[in-house]
Amino acid sequence: MQKITQPMLIDKAVSLLENGTVSCVFGWQKGEFDYDITPSVFKNADDLKENFVWNGFCGANLSKYLVSKADKIEGKILVFLKPCDSYSFNQLLTEHRFDREKVYAIGLPCDGMADISKVKKLCGDGISAIAFGDDTISVTTIYEDKPYEIALKDVLLERCENCKSKKCVAYDELLGENGDVLDSNRFDEVARIEAMTPDERFAFWQNELSRCIRCNACRDACPACTCEKCVFDNSDSGVENKAAANSFEEKMFHIIRAFHVAGRCTDCGECSRVCPQNIPLHLLNRKFIKDINEFYGEYQAGAEAGSRAPLVDYTEEDIEPYDVFDRRDIDA
Amino acid sequence: MSMSEYKPLIVAFCCNWCSYAGADLAGNNRLCYPADVKIIRVPCSCRVNPMFILRAFQRGADGVIICGCHPGDCHYTSGNYYTRRRMATLFSMLDYLGIEKERTRVEWVSAAEGAKFAATMNDFVETVAALGENKRLEDLRCKK
Repeated sequence: MQKITQPMLIDKAVSLLENGTVSCVFGWQKGEFDYDITPSVFKNADDLKENFVWNGFCGANLSKYLVSKADKIEGKILVFLKPCDSYSFNQLLTEHRFDREKVYAIGLPCDGMADISKVKKLCGDGISAIAFGDDTISVTTIYEDKPYEIALKDVLLERCENCKSKKCVAYDELLGENGDVLDSNRFDEVARIEAMTPDERFAFWQNELSRCIRCNACRDACPACTCEKCVFDNSDSGVENKAAANSFEEKMFHIIRAFHVAGRCTDCGECSRVCPQNIPLHLLNRKFIKDINEFYGEYQAGAEAGSRAPLVDYTEEDIEPYDVFDRRDIDA
Repeated sequence: MSMSEYKPLIVAFCCNWCSYAGADLAGNNRLCYPADVKIIRVPCSCRVNPMFILRAFQRGADGVIICGCHPGDCHYTSGNYYTRRRMATLFSMLDYLGIEKERTRVEWVSAAEGAKFAATMNDFVETVAALGENKRLEDLRCKK
């Protein structure tokens, strides 16, 4: 399979800009360092050629930005979608959050994205430059003369290690070949926590969630969290933006946030990727996905546009809330 | 506070059309259930936002029970079907976070089931009292 490279994407974007198909491009550009690649909007060819980046740190899911921008920008928007982003794209379409006609989507194959905290564990701080090879990353630090050579598969993001699908489910044009939906082990960690005693589970989550600094990065990056007014922005709620004064606040925030995206979360893993405290937030969302799969049948949010989310649906034979625990106790 | 004095605080969300009337019937029939149960009337059991439940725990409730019409009998046709899905997943999540599963419950009580209402409340209060105070979802700022 031909590898998709940065110059290819730039050429593609420039030609679509110049022939008038699109009026702006959603892509990625370098931030402060080589590894903090941020989402960006490009409006002209020079900007694209200079700043557009496509490498193993382009984890950011661009589909969310269509919600606020699609009806404000004149003409079409070109957006690049990795397979997991295409699920979010479909889910947002299902919820009528943007006009499909305003978007020109290009699907990209993805080999997995790198996790900078794992890279830093291997070669320490002081990274001055990062270059990507075929399956390797060479990392230059200010302390060593020779760059570190790291295999990409050793530093993948958690969501990429347990990749659920290499298949782009929504696009106008596909670069490279489409992949398949994969059998992943993404629920193993959830099952491990479920098998603990309640006291252990409480200790586990108290330890994880108490690190939360309420920066709201998980909410801001989440492609399912697209409410214009968020319940957590209510200054009367007692749990609005601020460092948690009490352990109740962060639990409340994370339970409610996970519940609000339950059934709509495509498991794109952005929440855990952006968390500055490395809280495994995807484990909350996956618990909901796992439960919903077990109670109401397999459902993958975003797999097809127009599907009905399980929590806004019902059947007369649904499992009773009190049977949920009985059934699990029998299984155990 | 010694255990013999300990009284749990139970918040019961009762739907206007069935369970609240069921509670009324229990009263009319002079059936006893503990005064620790604080009933909040809601138009339908699906009016109960997950936030209400966490708020109740934050403000010192030791157990939360949601009572609605039997599935199929909802005054609004389908409200309690949604409640059923929401609460099944939410309570499973609370359990996943290590909050005792006995502290939350959903029960279907019709307007004719005064006896069932009283029995349910007696049983629930007893279960929660055995667990003791809610420590895992408390907010110290709300303690008096």
